[in-house]
Amino acid sequence: MRAPAEQRHAIELELNGETRHGSAEPRTQLCDFLRHDLGATGVHVGCEHGVCGACTVLVDGVASRSCLMLAVQADGRRVDTVESLARDDVMNDLQQAFSRHHALQCGFCTSGILMSCVEYLERVPEPDEAGVRDMLSGHLCRCTGYTGIVRAVLEVAGQRRTGESQQQALENRNDV
Amino acid sequence: MKAASFDYVRAESKREVLQLLHEHGEDARVLAGGQSLMATLNMRLTQPKLVIDINRVEELNRIRNERGHLAVGAAVRQVQLTDRAELAREVPLLAKALPWIGHFQTRNRGTVCGSVAHADPSAEIPLCLVTLGGTVVLESLKGKRREVKAVDFFQGLLTTDRQPRELISEVRFPLAEDGADYHFQEIAMRHGDFALVALALCLRADGAHLGVGGVADRPVAQTLPLGDELPDALNTLAWSLGAQDDVHASAAYRRQLVRELGRRLIEEPSHARTR
Amino acid sequence: MNHPASEGPAGAGPLGRSLTRVEDAALLRGLGRYADDLATPPGTLHAAIVRSPHAHARVLSVDASEALAIKGVRAVLTGEDVKRWAHPFPVGVRGAPMEHWCLAVDKVRYVGEPVCVVIAEDRYRAEDALDAVRVEYEPLKPVIDPEKAATEDAPVLHEAVGGNVVNERHFRYGDPEKAFEEADHRVSIKVRFPRNSCTPIECYVVLGHYQPATGVYDILSNFQGPYALHSVMARALNVTSNRLRLRTPPDSGGSFGIKQGVLTYVVLMGLASRKAGAPVKWVEDRLEHLQASSSATNRVADMEAAVTADGRVTALRYDQIDDCGGYLRAPEPATFYRMHGNLTGAYGIRNLTVRNRVVLTNKMPSGLNRGFGGGQMYFALERLMHQVARRLNLDPLEVMRRNLVPTDAFPYRTASGALLDSGDYANTVELALRDGGYDELIRRRDQARAEGKLYGVGLCAAVEPSISNMGYITTALTPEQRAKAGPKNGAVSTATISIDPLGGITVHVSSTPQGQGHQTVAAQVVAEVLGVDPAGILVNVELDTGKDPWSIASGNYSSRFAGAVAGAVHKAALKVRARLANIAATMWEADAERVRFEGGKVFIEDGPSLGFHRVAGTAHWSPALLPENETGGLRETAFWTPPQLEAPDDDDHINSSLCHGFIFDYCGIEIDRVTGEIHIDRYVTCHDAGRLLNPMLVDGQIRGGFTQALGVALMEEFAYGEDGSFLSGTLADYLLPTAPEAVEPVILHTETPSPFTPLGAKGVGEGNNMSTPVCIANAVADALGRDDIRLPLTPSRVRGLIGIDEPPAPEGLEPLAAPKAGGPALQARDSVEVPASPQTVYDTVLDPETLRAIIPGCHALELEGENRYRADVTVGVGMIKARFAARVQLSDLDPPRSLRLSGSGDSAMGSASGSAHVTLVELDNGHTRLDYVYEVDVGGKIAAVGGRMLQSASKIIIGQVFNRLAQRLTGKPAGGLWQRLRALLARLFGKGGAS
Ligand SMILES: Cc1cc2nc3c(=O)[nH]c(=O)nc-3n(C[C@H](O)[C@H](O)[C@H](O)COP(=O)(O)OP(=O)(O)OC[C@H]3O[C@@H](n4cnc5c(N)ncnc54)[C@H](O)[C@@H]3O)c2cc1C
Ligand code: FES
Ligand code: FES
Repeated sequence: MRAPAEQRHAIELELNGETRHGSAEPRTQLCDFLRHDLGATGVHVGCEHGVCGACTVLVDGVASRSCLMLAVQADGRRVDTVESLARDDVMNDLQQAFSRHHALQCGFCTSGILMSCVEYLERVPEPDEAGVRDMLSGHLCRCTGYTGIVRAVLEVAGQRRTGESQQQALENRNDV
Repeated sequence: MKAASFDYVRAESKREVLQLLHEHGEDARVLAGGQSLMATLNMRLTQPKLVIDINRVEELNRIRNERGHLAVGAAVRQVQLTDRAELAREVPLLAKALPWIGHFQTRNRGTVCGSVAHADPSAEIPLCLVTLGGTVVLESLKGKRREVKAVDFFQGLLTTDRQPRELISEVRFPLAEDGADYHFQEIAMRHGDFALVALALCLRADGAHLGVGGVADRPVAQTLPLGDELPDALNTLAWSLGAQDDVHASAAYRRQLVRELGRRLIEEPSHARTR
Repeated sequence: MNHPASEGPAGAGPLGRSLTRVEDAALLRGLGRYADDLATPPGTLHAAIVRSPHAHARVLSVDASEALAIKGVRAVLTGEDVKRWAHPFPVGVRGAPMEHWCLAVDKVRYVGEPVCVVIAEDRYRAEDALDAVRVEYEPLKPVIDPEKAATEDAPVLHEAVGGNVVNERHFRYGDPEKAFEEADHRVSIKVRFPRNSCTPIECYVVLGHYQPATGVYDILSNFQGPYALHSVMARALNVTSNRLRLRTPPDSGGSFGIKQGVLTYVVLMGLASRKAGAPVKWVEDRLEHLQASSSATNRVADMEAAVTADGRVTALRYDQIDDCGGYLRAPEPATFYRMHGNLTGAYGIRNLTVRNRVVLTNKMPSGLNRGFGGGQMYFALERLMHQVARRLNLDPLEVMRRNLVPTDAFPYRTASGALLDSGDYANTVELALRDGGYDELIRRRDQARAEGKLYGVGLCAAVEPSISNMGYITTALTPEQRAKAGPKNGAVSTATISIDPLGGITVHVSSTPQGQGHQTVAAQVVAEVLGVDPAGILVNVELDTGKDPWSIASGNYSSRFAGAVAGAVHKAALKVRARLANIAATMWEADAERVRFEGGKVFIEDGPSLGFHRVAGTAHWSPALLPENETGGLRETAFWTPPQLEAPDDDDHINSSLCHGFIFDYCGIEIDRVTGEIHIDRYVTCHDAGRLLNPMLVDGQIRGGFTQALGVALMEEFAYGEDGSFLSGTLADYLLPTAPEAVEPVILHTETPSPFTPLGAKGVGEGNNMSTPVCIANAVADALGRDDIRLPLTPSRVRGLIGIDEPPAPEGLEPLAAPKAGGPALQARDSVEVPASPQTVYDTVLDPETLRAIIPGCHALELEGENRYRADVTVGVGMIKARFAARVQLSDLDPPRSLRLSGSGDSAMGSASGSAHVTLVELDNGHTRLDYVYEVDVGGKIAAVGGRMLQSASKIIIGQVFNRLAQRLTGKPAGGLWQRLRALLARLFGKGGAS
C-alpha cells in the first residue's frame, strides 16, 4: 500500500468489536485518529513520545502505545480501547476492583493502565506484586502512588484463578 | 508535537523494501517497531520524505537457529524473543538482558533489529551483540549482501556502518559457548530507563569478557584477566570509555560503576539483579 | 502493615465512611469528559506556538509572511497584536515596573517563552507553519543561578526594573537579636531547593472563543483556580471582568497546582480567537508543558537557630531567595507568603527574623505546585533541626520533642501571626512512634550499621496549612502599600443545592476538582443532612463564571475542599433542610424542630411521614400549601468565609491559613555503597487532619502526594544549563516515579477536629509534599554523616557524597577536559593528525572551498565579509537532523599556529553556537597535529530533548569537521579518537583489544 503525504487514506479497522471506517494522512498518530475521528476519547494522550502510557490500546490483543503508531498502520487490524471493557453498562472485574481499591483519582492515566492489565493478566495469570509493578512501570500515574492499582490487579488475578465472582468478592469484603 | 508530512508505504516484501531504499536513500526511513522512530517523528527531530513500514513483511519476521547462531529478522519484535522458551539455552545473555529494555508495552512492538539500527549507546541489544561477537547482516538492491561484525558496525552515538540504501535484514547472535556463564546487570534511574551503566558478562574459566553500555558513545567489550589483575584492568577499561557528565550522572560515577559493579559481577555473578 | 484509616464519626449517615467514588464509573469506562474531549464549535481552528530557543534575547523581528502562505494556515498572532488589544499581567508587588505579556513583545526571558501563535485548520498544519515563521533574535547573556542574579553585575532581565531583585522584605517578630545573643549555641545551615513540578498527566487545554458582538471572551480551559486570577486575566484581556466568561470542563486530568499556570494561555487563546475570527483550540503538548508551563519555585535558604544548651530553639533567622523565573506571574511571590504565618513550623519559637528576596532568572515562571511553599520551607527548617541535634550531640527526636507547641496552648498564635487551630503534637508524635514501630526501626539501623551497611533514620515534623487566606499574598507589600491598596483577606467558598420538582437533588460546587473525589464527598455531605441515598445525588463541578456562583477563592488549591467547600455544601444543605422542615411542619401543623430526615423520608417520630421527593415537590407543585415566608422553588446557595482569616496587621502578622494539620514522618533508608541507590526500608507518615470525611480518599491523597514527594527527593529536577538551556524536556529526562520505585508508606491518623470549619475537617492533600523530601534528606544525612544534602538524591549524587576515590587514569587515557564552572554547557577537546605541514593545513582552512567541504551537511556557503560566511547546513547524528541558517567565522588568525573557527545558527529545532580554538602543532614526521578545544551552546528543543546525548553529538559533529579536513588533505579519513583508543587498549591488554 502506498499513501502519499498530505492526503487522507481510507482506513478500516475493527474497533471494540465493530467495523469502523475513517481516513487519515500518513502522519496522523493512531491516538489522534481514534479520539478525534472515531470518537474513542477514552484513549488519552499524555506525552506523544511513548513514556506515559496513557494512550495504550490493544492492537490485535497486544498492548501498544497508540502515540507510537500511525493510524494507517492500524488498517485491517483489531483495536480495543478502554471503551470495550464494560458490557451492557456493567463494568468488568478489573474496573470494579479499580474502584474498590481507589486505584484512580483524576482517571487520566487509567484507560491506558487498564488496557495493559488486560493483556498482562492473560499472559501472566498468577502474577506477584513485583511482576505487577514491573508491568506498570510502562505507565505514569501522578495521582495514586500506584498502591491501589497494584492491589486491584492482584485481587482480580486471584479472583479469576479461584473463579470467585465479583459479587462474592464484594460480599466477602463487606464481611470483614 | 506532530510529525511533518511524509509518504508512507506498507511494504509487502523484502524486495519492495530494498527497492524503495534504493530509490530514496537518505530520504527514506524504515519503520520497524516505531518505539524510537515515532517519537522522533512526532518531535520533528527527523523529517524523512518516505516512511517504509516493514511490519507486515512476513519473510523478515523469522527467527532461525542455525550454523552456531540465532538469526533474528528485521520484523521480529523483542517480545517474540522473550516469549521464546529456548532462548535461555540458546543465547542466555540476551534472555537475561531483554527484560531490561523499556517496558513490556514497548517490547511488544519494538524490534531487535530496530534497536541495533538505532544504535543508542545505552541500548541492551547492541551491547549483547558486541559482547557476544555477533554480526549484522545488511542488504541492498544493487550492492553485495554484507555481514558486519557488531564491533565494527557501531561507530558512535546513533551512528552505524549501515549505508542509506541498506536494510538490516537480520542480526546474528552466537549461541552459548560450552562452559561459559552469562550475566547481565544494569543501573538506571528507574525501572526500564536507558542504562546509566549496563554490564554484559561472558564468564569463562580463563577470563571474563565484559561488555559495557551507557558509558562510551557505543557498546564496548573487553576481555579481562581474573584474579589480582582484575582491578587494574577494570580501571583501564573504565577510563578508556570517555565517560561524560549528563543531567543524571557524572562521568566519575559511571567510571566507578564500571570498576566496582564490574568487579562485583565478575566475582559474585549470582548477586546480579534480575528483572 | 497499614493502619487503617479510622471510620470517622460512625454515625448512621454516609459522612466519614470510605464510600467508593461516584466519579469512577465514567472515568473507568473512558467516558470522562476532559477538556480535549468536548465538542468544539463548527469551524474551530487549532493553534501552535512559536517559542523561544533562547534563554535571554532581544526579539528583533518576527516575520510570519511565509507561514501565512501555507495552505490551511488562517492567521498568526504576534506581539504587535497583543500590544494593540491587551495589557501586561498585573503583578503582585509594587515598585517593580516589569511587563509580562502573554507573548514576548521586546525580549524573551526563558527558553520556551511564547513568541507568536500560528492558527490553522488543524494542529498538524499549524505545526508545519511554525518552522516558517522567521524570528530574529539578538542573544543576551542569561543568568540562571538565583544568587548570582541577585548581584549587581548580573545581566538584568527587565531593564525597567534595573535589577533582578523585584521584591525584598524584612520581618522581625519577638526579640530575635536578644535570643541570638543569649543563645548557648548558634547553628546554621544553607540549603537549596530545586525546581520540580507535580506534572499532571493531562497537559493544558484552552478553547478560546471571542464574541465580537458583545466583546466577551468565552474561554473553556482546564484552569484550576484560584479564581482571584480571573481578575488578572480580565485585566490582561483589557475587558471588564464580566466579559471574561471562563468555563471548566467536567473532568480534569490532574493539576496539583500546575494548572493555575494556564492563565497566560487563557489570555493568549482569547486573543488568538479574536485575531482569527473563529474559535481557537490549543492543546499543550508535553514538550511545551515541561519547558514552559509552571514549576515549583527554587529557593536558596540560609538559616540559623539560636539554641539553648538543652536543645531548645529560642529564635530562627531566615534569609531566603526565591527564584520565580523570567516573570513574576501571579500569584507569585506567594511561595514565600503562603507559609509566612507558620515559619516556625510545629515549634513554639517566639523570636524570628526573616529576609525574603524575590529574584528573576532566565527560567520558566514559577507558580503553584502541591505543597506550595512547604517543601521549600521545611527543607530548610527541618534540615536545620536535624543539624541542631547533630551539633549538640542530641537525638533529633529529643530536639523535636523539646520544641513542639505544647498541647494546652491551642489555639496557638505563632510568632508571625498564624493561629494554629487545633492539635496535640506531642501525643501524635508518641502515637506515631508506637504504631509505626520506631524502636524497631532504630534496632534495624543499629543492626545494619553493625553489618557495615549505610543506614539512616530521618524525621520531620510539619504543620500543614490549608484554606489559604486570600490576603496572605499582600504580606509581600509593606504596611504602607497595603494601606493604600485596601485590605484583602478571607476565603469565600460557595455551594449551591437545587431540588427539582420530582425531588432530584443537584449540587454545584465551585471547586474545580482534578481527581480528588469532590463529587463523592459533596454527595456524602448532602445525603447526611437530608437523609437520602448519596447515590441519587448528582454533583456538578463544572464552573462557568458567566452563570455559576463563584468568588475569588473558588478553585482547587490549598487543600481547601474538605474544610471550606464541603463546609459550604453543608451550610447550603442545612438551609435546604430548614426550609423543608418548615414546609413539612406547616403541612403537619407540628414544630419544625421535630421534623426528621432519614432513609429518604421526611417524618416526625411516631407521627406523619412522607417521601423526601413529596415534601420537596411541594415547593414546586403546591405553593399554596407553603408556609408564610416560603417563596417556592428550591435552590439554596451558601457562601462561607471564616472570620479568623484577617488581613495582615501593621506589624506584618498574618494568619496565612485557616487550618493547620500536623504531620509527623520518619523513615529508615539503606544506601547501596556502590551504586548510591537509596532503598526505603520503611516510611511512616502520621497525619492529624482534623475530622476525616472519607478516609479512603484521604489515604489516596496521602499516597499520591507521598509518591510525588519521593520523586522530588530522589529523581525530579528541572535542569538548566549554565547557558540557560532547558535540559529536562521529555518524560525520559524529567523522571517521575513509576510503580517499582514507589513504596507504600505506613499511614497513621489521629483526629483533632478544627474548631474553625463547619465539619471539623482540615486539608490533607499536600502534607507529604512538604514533609517527605526533607525526611528522606535527613535520613541520608544520618546515614552518611554529611551536612551538604542536595535534592534530588540521585544515585550518582549520593555516590558522590559517599566519596569516589578514583584510581588514576593509565597513561594516555587521562580525561580530555574538565568543563570550567560557569562556562558554556559543553566543552571538550580533541585532536587529529594530518599528514601535511602546518602551513599547508592553515592555507587550506582559509580557503572557502575547503570550508564548504568540511562543514558537514553544508548546502551553501556565501561570503559575508572577510572570513565571515552565511551557511545553510544540515547537521545531526543518526536519524536526527536539523537544518540551520548559520553564520560561520574564522578569527584570531595567527598563521600558521592557531585560529578560531566559530559558527552559530537557528533551526526549527533550536539554536546552536560553537567555537573551536585550533592549534597546529608540527610533528617530528613533518605532519601536523590539530589540537582543538571547543565549546558548544545549544538551546531550544535540541537541548531539551537530547540532554543525554548532547556531549556525544557535539563531539561527533565537531569531529566531522576536522576529519573531513584531514580527508581533504590526504584523500582518506583520519584516525579518530576511537581508532586510537582501540590501538591503545590493544597495547594495554595484549591480544584483541577492545572488541
Ligand atoms: C518508554 C520507552 C523506553 C525505552 N527504553 C529502552 C531501553 O531501556 N533500552 C533500549 O534499548 N531501548 C529502549 N527503548 C527503545 C526501544 O527499544 C526501541 O524498540 C528500539 O530502540 C528501536 O526499535 P524499533 O523496532 O522500535 O525501531 P524503530 O523505532 O522503528 O526504528 C528505529 C530506527 O532504526 C531504523 N531501522 C529500524 N529497523 C531497521 C532495519 N531493519 N534496517 C534499517 N534501519 C532500521 C529506523 O529507520 C529508525 O531510524 C525504549 C522506548 C520507549 C518508548
Ligand atoms: S501519549 Fe503515548 S505513551 Fe504517552
Ligand atoms: S489517576 Fe491521575 S494520573 Fe493516574
